[in-house]
Parts: sequence; C-alpha cells; structure tokens
Amino acid sequence: MNISNRKVGAVLVIGGGIGGVQASLDLADSGFKVYLLEKTPSIGGVMAQLDKTFPTNDCSMCILAPKLVSAGRHPNIELITYAELVGIQGGPGDFSVQILKRSPFVDWEKCNGCGVCWEKCPIMVDSDFECGLGKRKAIYVPFPQAVPNKAVIDKEHCTYFVKGGKCRVCQILCPAKAVDFNIPDKQIDIKVGSIIIGTGLKTFDPHLKSIFGYGKYANVIKSIELERILNASGPFQGHLVRPSDRKEPHRVAFIQCVGSRDVKAGNNYCSSVCCVYAIKEAILMKEHNRSLDCTIFYMDMRTFGKGFESYYKRAKEKYGIKFKRAMIGEILELAENRNLLLKYEDEDGNLKREKFDLVVLSVGLKPDENVKNLAEILNLDLSEFGFIKSIHFSPVETIRPGIFVCGTASAPKDIPETVTEASASAQKAIELIKEERHKLTRKIEYPGEVDFSGQQPRIGVFVCHCGINIAGTVKVMEVVEYAKTLPNVVYAENNLYSCSDDSQQHIKEMIEKHKLNRVVVAACTPRTHEPLFQETIREKGLNKFLLEFTNIRDQCSWVHSHQPDLATEKAKDLVRMACARANHLEPLPTITIPVTQSGLVIGGGISGMNAALGLANQGYKVYLVEEKEELGGNARHINRTIDGRNVKEYLQSLIKNVQTHPNIKVYKNSKLESVSGYIGNFRTRIKIQGEETKKNELVEIEHGVIIVATGAQEYKPTEYLYGKDSRIITQRELEEKIFSHPTMESFNDKTIVMIQCVGSRDNERKYCSRICCSQAIKNALLIKQKDPDAEVFIFYKDIRTYGINEIFYQKARDTGVIFVRYDDDAKPEIFGRNGALFIKTKEPILNEEIELPVDFVVLSTGLIPDKSNREIAQLLKVPLNEDGFFLEAHMKLRPVDFATDGIFICGMAHSPKTIDESIAQAQAASARAGIILSKDTIEVLPIVAEVDTEKCIGCGICEKLCAYQAHELKKTEKGYRSEVISAYCKGCGSCAASCPQMAINMKHFTNEQIMAMVEAI
Amino acid sequence: MSEFQPKILGFLCNWCSYAGADLAGVSRIQYRPNIRVIRVMCSGRVDPVFIINAFLRKIDGVMVLGCHFGDCHYLNGNYNAEKRILAARKLLSLTEIEKDRLYLDWVSAAEGERFANLVNTFTERIKNLGEIKINDGTKEMLLAVKDVLEGERFRHLTGVEYQVTEKENVYGEKIPVEDFEKKLEQILYEEYIKARILRLLQNNELTIPQIAQKLNTALDFAFKCVCSLQENNIVEMKGIRNGYPIYSANKY
Repeated sequence: MNISNRKVGAVLVIGGGIGGVQASLDLADSGFKVYLLEKTPSIGGVMAQLDKTFPTNDCSMCILAPKLVSAGRHPNIELITYAELVGIQGGPGDFSVQILKRSPFVDWEKCNGCGVCWEKCPIMVDSDFECGLGKRKAIYVPFPQAVPNKAVIDKEHCTYFVKGGKCRVCQILCPAKAVDFNIPDKQIDIKVGSIIIGTGLKTFDPHLKSIFGYGKYANVIKSIELERILNASGPFQGHLVRPSDRKEPHRVAFIQCVGSRDVKAGNNYCSSVCCVYAIKEAILMKEHNRSLDCTIFYMDMRTFGKGFESYYKRAKEKYGIKFKRAMIGEILELAENRNLLLKYEDEDGNLKREKFDLVVLSVGLKPDENVKNLAEILNLDLSEFGFIKSIHFSPVETIRPGIFVCGTASAPKDIPETVTEASASAQKAIELIKEERHKLTRKIEYPGEVDFSGQQPRIGVFVCHCGINIAGTVKVMEVVEYAKTLPNVVYAENNLYSCSDDSQQHIKEMIEKHKLNRVVVAACTPRTHEPLFQETIREKGLNKFLLEFTNIRDQCSWVHSHQPDLATEKAKDLVRMACARANHLEPLPTITIPVTQSGLVIGGGISGMNAALGLANQGYKVYLVEEKEELGGNARHINRTIDGRNVKEYLQSLIKNVQTHPNIKVYKNSKLESVSGYIGNFRTRIKIQGEETKKNELVEIEHGVIIVATGAQEYKPTEYLYGKDSRIITQRELEEKIFSHPTMESFNDKTIVMIQCVGSRDNERKYCSRICCSQAIKNALLIKQKDPDAEVFIFYKDIRTYGINEIFYQKARDTGVIFVRYDDDAKPEIFGRNGALFIKTKEPILNEEIELPVDFVVLSTGLIPDKSNREIAQLLKVPLNEDGFFLEAHMKLRPVDFATDGIFICGMAHSPKTIDESIAQAQAASARAGIILSKDTIEVLPIVAEVDTEKCIGCGICEKLCAYQAHELKKTEKGYRSEVISAYCKGCGSCAASCPQMAINMKHFTNEQIMAMVEAI
Repeated sequence: MSEFQPKILGFLCNWCSYAGADLAGVSRIQYRPNIRVIRVMCSGRVDPVFIINAFLRKIDGVMVLGCHFGDCHYLNGNYNAEKRILAARKLLSLTEIEKDRLYLDWVSAAEGERFANLVNTFTERIKNLGEIKINDGTKEMLLAVKDVLEGERFRHLTGVEYQVTEKENVYGEKIPVEDFEKKLEQILYEEYIKARILRLLQNNELTIPQIAQKLNTALDFAFKCVCSLQENNIVEMKGIRNGYPIYSANKY
C-alpha cells in the first residue's frame, strides 16, 4: 500500500469511551475533522458506569460528563453513534470508509431528549448500563447524561415490533413528532486520512468460572455491578445492599484474578487494574458503612501505579480492609440466608472456610468483542489473547500504516494510561496528515459586536415549555406575563422548545425587532444549553456574555411536579433574579494571546526525544535541552526489553532521528537558567556548559509550550552490603554483565539471588517502582537461557508483572527460577563468611531460618526522582508530589498536562514506567502541546479576576490563595500591586471573596451581579 | 393562614453541586420548592458579605454547596469556602440570628438524591426556626457582622487559613488547624465587638460601662476594644460624664 499524494484532513475514531473521546477532542482541537464512531447509542463507554475512580476517589461521571458534552458540541467532531464500521478501501492518508448506522426509529433531528416517550413506554427491559440490576424502557437513552441525548427504540422488546404495529404510545405522545417506525438502517460513506481504534474493554464473564457460582448465587456479584450498586444514581440509589434481599451486607469478600492470570480460562495475562479497583470499591463500601468487614483474597497485590501503593496502605491502615493471600477452592451458598461459604487455601497451605454475605468477583479485562470483527475488516494482527498488536517501540501504531490503537484494545490498562494513549494515537494520526490541518475544519464566523455602551438595558425574556417538561407543571404563560412587568424587560414570549431551530431563528428576529441588548432564557440547564443560546445571540452581534440563563426545568418543574403553584412562583422568582442580573451584565471582550509556534523539551532521554520528535513531526520548531553530554538517558543502560526487543538499536536510530531532524535544535551539556512568561509566550535562558577551554554560554529562546521529560534515576542502594563486595550488584549492572561479557562470564552452576523492592515500598520511598519485577524476570530468563544450569532465586514481596508481562513470570517459573516471598518484618540478610557470600532467610514451608551460599546477589533497585526535579519545579512553578515526582493536573483525565496551561509532562519525570509507556506518554505530551501550537492565537475565557489598582494595597493574599499563580505582585510607583495574568486565571473567584480591600472583582460573576440576584429573591 | 414558606437561597458551584441539582431533576427526585439558586463557578466565589446581605433582606436561610474535598474543579476553592463560611457561622453565633440559618456542605455531580435530601432537611430546619427576625436590634448585629466580613482582618485570616494550616506560612511553619481556629475565634469576637461599638458610637456618646452593658460584654474587654479603636483614630474621647470618659466615633 502506497501513501497516496492526496491526503484527507479527517480522522475516524472507532469507540466512544474515554479513549475515543479524548483522541477526538485532541484531534479536533488541533485542526482536524473527526468522525467518532460508537456502536451503542451514546458515547461514554465503561467509565460512565463507574462510581468513583482510583486513587483519588473522584466521582467518575463528574469528570467524564464535561468531556462528553465537549465532544458532543464540538463543531469539528461528528458523532456517529449506534453504528458500526462495515468496509474500508484506500490507504494511509486517504481511506474510504463505510459505516452502517442502525435505525433508532426516532428522528434524531427532531428528538430533544425530553423523556416523555420513555416515561410512558409500558415495556421494562433490563438495563445494560445498570448491568441488569436496574430497568430501562423499550424506548430509552442509555443513561441520564447520555450524549447525544436522543432516544432509541429497542426493536427486540418494543411492542410495535414484537406484536406487529400495536402500542405506538411513544409515537402518539412524542411532542416533537420524532418517533418513526419506518426509518431504515443507513449506510454512511466518509473519507479520512487516519483511523484510531479505541474500542475498549469487556469484562470477563464469570459464568465461565463455575466454582464461584456467579449467576447461580444471587449474592455473588461482579465488580462492575458493585460500581452501579455504589453509585448514587444507580439501581439502589447508592444504598449498599446485596441483591438477594436488599439488606446491608456485614461481611464482604473480594476475589481477585477472576479470569486473569488464568491459563485455564485462556487469559494468561494480568488485567492490571483489578487490584486497585478492588481496593477502591472496598474503601467506598467502608465509607458507606464503617463497621463493614471487608476482605480481599489475592495472589499478588499489584498496586504499581502512581499513588497506588499509598492507597493500598491507606486501605489497610485507615480503613481496616483485610488482605489475604489465598487460593480460592470454591464458593457454596447457604440455603437458610443465602450467605456464602468460601473455601480457600491460605498462604501456609491450610484449608480454611469463612462465611460472607456478599462476594465480589474482581473480573479481568478482555478486548471488546468488536475487535475481532474490526481486525478482519481492517486487516490487523491480534495477539493470542485477542488484543490488537502494535509495532515495536510505538505502542499506538498497528501493523497497518495509518491505523492506530489506544487504550484497552491493545492491552489491559487503567483510565490515565488509556487517556495517554488516546492523545498519543492522535499525535501519530496527525503526523500522517499534518499538511491537511485546518483544511476540513469549520470555524464559526460571527458578525461584529454591536456597541451598547451607555444604553439602557433592553431585556428580552424567552420562557421554554420544553414540551410538557416545564409547561406540565409551571404555568408558563403566567411567567411570561409576569416577566413583562419587570424593569427594563421590553419583550417576553414563550416557546414550545426554545432550543429548536425555528425558535432560535425566532429569537434572532426578536432581538432585531425589539432592539434587545440583553437576553434571558428560562429553560433547562445552562450546563448543557447555555452555549447554544450564546451562539445564537452572537449571530445578532450581541456579546455572548449578555445572555442570562435560568433553570426552570431540572431545578424547578421536574423536582416540584406535584406543586404547580409553588413551582410557578419559583419560576417567576428565578426569572426575576435572572432579569435583575441581566441588568448588570457586561460584554466581555475575548482575550486572545499570540502563540510562539515552537516548543521547549527538557530532558533528552527516550521520553524527551520522542516528545521533541512529536512536535517536530507536526511541523514545529523544538529546542531540546539535555543536561548530560549525550542523549539517551536511562535507556543507555538497557539492552533488551523483557520480550526481547533490542533497545540499543532503537535508541541509536532515535538519537539519529532527533539529531538530524531539521526542526530540532539540541542543546547538550545544558541547563535552564531562567523561565518567564506564560502559555504561548515563554522566554527561557539556557546555560550551555563550555568545554574545558570555553566559557559557559547563555542562549535565550522564545517558545509557546514546555514539555518536562527529566526522567528518573536508579536508586543506589546502601542496604545488603552493596558497594562492599563486587559480587553484590544491581539489576542494571547485571544486565551490563550479561551483554558485555557473553563469553567470559558464565553463570553455569552458580547461584544467583535477586532481591526485589530495594529502595521501593519502604519507609523512605513508599511507592512501587513498577518496572523492577519485570526487569528481574527479564534478567533471570536471560541467565537461564544462556546458562541453564544456573540457579536463580527471586526474593519478592509481590510479583508485579502486570499486563501481558505476566506471561514472562509464568515462563520464568516454568524454566525453574525459584520465587521466594518475604515480608517486611523478615527481610533476607546478606553476609560474608570466609570469603563466601551467604543469604539468610526464613524458609516459608518449614518456617525456620536457613543459610544459603550464593555467588551473586542482584539488587532490584527502585527508581528515584531525578535530582533536577526540585529546581525545575521551582523554575516552572509546577508542583511535585510527596515522592518527588511531578504532579499532573488531574490523575485520571489530564495525565500529561500540568495545571499551569502550556506546560506538559511525560516519562519517568511523572513516575517510574517502562520504555513503551514512556514513548506513549511522550507522544501524548506532544499531541497536547501541539494543540496550542496549532493556533496563531489562543482565546482565554474572559471570566477572569480583575484588580482595581486604586484599591489594591499589595498585601499578596490573592497571590498566596490562587491555585494557578494567576495573581502576581508587581512593583509599581505606588508600591506593590497585584496583577492578574488572564492566561492563568481559571475564574473560580476565590480571590475576590478574600481580598481585604475588596479590590478584586470577578468578571461575569461580579459582586454587583450576584448582589442584584440576592436582592431580587 | 397558609403554611410558612421560608425563603432559601442556595449558592451552588457550577461543576459539582449545580450538576448534582440537575441530576436530581433528571431523576425526578422531588424536593421542597423554597430554594432559589444562584450559580457560581466555585463555592470559593461566595463572599460571606453576600450572605449577610441576604439575611438583611429577610432571606430565611442560605445554603452554600460545593464539591467534595479533592473534587474541586479549581483544586482548593472549596477549602477556602469552608474556612470563610465556617468563620461567618461563628460570627453569626455572636448575634441573635441563628447560625444554623447558614449551611455549608458538599454535593457531587452524581448525588442528585443527596442534594434533594440536603435541601429538604435544611428547609425543614429553617421552617422550625421560623421567619428570620430583622428588627432594629438584629439589623444592628448583622450590620456589625457585615462590617467584620468586609474588614481586612477577617478576609486576611480566612484567606490564608488553608495555606498556613495545610501547607506552610511565610516562616515555613505549618500551623495546627486547632490553634488557628482558636485564635481566629478570639479575633472574630474582638472584631465583632469593635464593629458593634463603632456602630453604637456613630450617633451616641457613651461611657465604657454603658457600652459594656449594651453589648453584654465584660468591662475590661469593652475598654480594650475602645482603646484599640481609639489608637486607630476611629473613636475619640469627647469628655467626662459622671466621672467616666465618654466616647464617640470620628466622622469623616
């Protein structure tokens, strides 16, 4: 397949979960048209079903819903939901794609999600979204926050289809006349340059493990069901009860690795997320009921991610959750109370029985069933476990050029890893079609704004019936008549649906006819609909901040439906308050700031080089600063990956690509001297250390974005006699031995002992270094392969070969590597005697101390934050976490962004990770940074703080208070005064509420506007 | 007579509690219709001065609902809100307006039912408290509270509280939150009494015992407050009456 000359500036994203949504947003924000294909009626995926997310226990829907709304509203993202890919032709840069859109039997142009149909539909069906624990109707939207919020008829259950033309209740009652049983399926043909697959996961079906009795015993549930049970809007309204009798459970067991690490089930791999989600669910249950007794039965506790180890610790120590290493024999149900009897073998080999009243199966992750079909259509390679294969050292590239993959379609992953890969796949998709940027996207043009300054407010009020949603309770006409009596209201009317196209048109006409300069809309919620009306008034030359939106549906008619009089009174009050505020609304000019289209990357390791290449391949100038005299970072000490890929070769070609790239300027032996400015406009001084004879040189560069990729360092141990005996080495030193002396050094007949968690998971460094288990197993396998008669022991606390690497753990055991567990209170000891080395340890089966002579001791040392982190954090004013790694803006959904706009992070500067993970994160950082560079200017929301310098006395409270460094004390002739950096201000208004001089006001939420509303109540 | 329908004002943050209120709507969870909502971007925006103004305008109860800790869209706006609103409640407890008329809590975007329950419980509480009594006496008290809320000391202390109790002060020390709260309580009391005194002395010339009696506070404390006001040149001694010095406020 040749790359054709003609390219298309559009991308098809398959899968509307968090991965697909993130990839779509990144692409669209970067100037590409996106088609987002989803097989269910709504985007949102599995994340929408989760109650909370680990390790911050953020409410999942709260952080997801705004992303869904953004994707739904984006002018350059076209949602194609309830549809599937059926065919493809062409090649990278220019694919023709055929999509089959199933008929929803509802005209989505007309449907506005009012909900009358599903309220009246007589047919109850198990809801997939509620995992069958709750019901939906035969006409439905999958969940309340669905995007698009459009109804779908489930043909299998709908009476009209089942009984041939009967019922039609929805059709008769639909106020928008949207129900149409004759709408056929439709084929859609589109052309795109790249394709991203983000089809996500399906959870393992525990019916397949009959010993657990899932499906047979009502109180054996799977973890995703528990998410719904715990959720406040779930089937039990967030009451923690068990399914059989709706009683609160007292004793709960979690069983780990259900369908993971399970050769019999064909899932040899580890699902990576179940340990932490079980901890999360246990914590959430404890928060519902502190007296609950919670036990997690597991094989290895794999809390390897950022912040997970301390989460695990908190679960044990603060919440009293019990963790038991065990093998589950079977589960039996007790007939009298439907409690469950768990039979298991504990770590010491004793058979035990325990009773529980609820058992939660921590089911593993599998690729979505759609993947198989897609792989066939798109001609992709699947791994033995059915995941999509990617190419070497590019985790988001499939074997087929132009087709990329992200998230759990390629391996089990958690949400931040999925989001990272989503951005990374956007990066790769963009690289292919970068010339076509902005070619197919639409930029909405508005007429110039009319200047109303000095004019009396002329308010128009539009009150929506929302079919019967509002008008069924609130007496809309009464509200309209009342509105006409309010000060400065020159026009008021009612609309059947204010949001419909014809009403929007009509509102525009009324603005012109009545010379309105303020518009008040009383309808649903501004959270979803305000932007629509803002756009409408902009089309008539009104600044969008001259709109006031008040909520008389979600917060009035729907919640007071039995009290029409009081609801009408409330609606009038709300309209009065809205009009009072409207009198004080002011137009806010768009704040635009120019962008210098180049980037600075700090750190020249694998992450930094990939990030630099990412930006450079998008066509931007990049400055890469490396402290050492050579590029390569930690990877210079690595020869092979655990699956045998050659890191040395990869690194050489990567360095060559970076050094020869016309867009990249590399500064070696260099450090940052100072950084000033903000998003789009940074100015940095770089100090280049001279050779012996030359002096230091200072260069000043200007750039729009910064990517931090400073990496991490290997921990140099002080324990286990390291440094006192040449036979005691680190894994890194062992790897160098294996590769540098293939003929000299023989391990045959030697005993090699490896000790895990040296400098990790201890009191000083509480976190897990993530890679050491795989590193040890990699080296053990290399030794065994070279010298099969070598004896290798690995002393460990938990083996954390998460994901596909689990198969290498199995392989190591199969080849005779001996794994010995130790506890923190009984660490192995190393000592020398008569020139020989010994290890002293507790023999677990005999439970007594033994001494073993050894030839080599290999310490699996952890990774520690780079020593430059603190300095760089101060220079850039970005935070570090308690372990000394950089802290991202949001642990789940903004894994490579800093809270400060324009600065990004990737690689081990963020936390320890593998080469592939670092590459993906670097590509993600370049995609995110590229969004900013894709624009000549960026707009900042003008809802920002404003300082009255006459009142300000320079006390500096705002500077301390602001979480975004938006206030800066500047020296003026009158002394220090606070200055707002609009580009940083997010508009929370905390400073305004604290300023001792009342010198700060918050635009669009001014004291006057808020007080006008208070006075109008 | 028809049932007392209290007027309740709710400040809801855009990202969590307002979304939670919307979810109550989407889920059709019914609750009492007395609340009137003002949407703000963050609970940290809610200046307690707004709240006192609301009470002065006979609003019977005010709810401030933000994101749960850790959920704040603006990282720590809700922490700041907590410090301010709790301090405002402390001030209210010095007046005859029940501090329970001001309520602070957290609602996530997924907690529609919780939102409805909080509104119902609060509405019921305000119903039991009855109509807010705004007369010359309570008005004077609320105005004094407002003076304190607008004053530098209140705003400075509640502004830095989160910073110095959770992170560190300018000397790099972390101050235990209990110590801070204790000190704050003393300062609020002093500020409140000073504000009351100042209001009393606007149109009157009074002696220390008269002030102490009117404000129901200890003589030496009233004396201390008057001295402090005098030091700042806000209050002046006008002469001697019956052997006691008399004071009044300076007019500007």
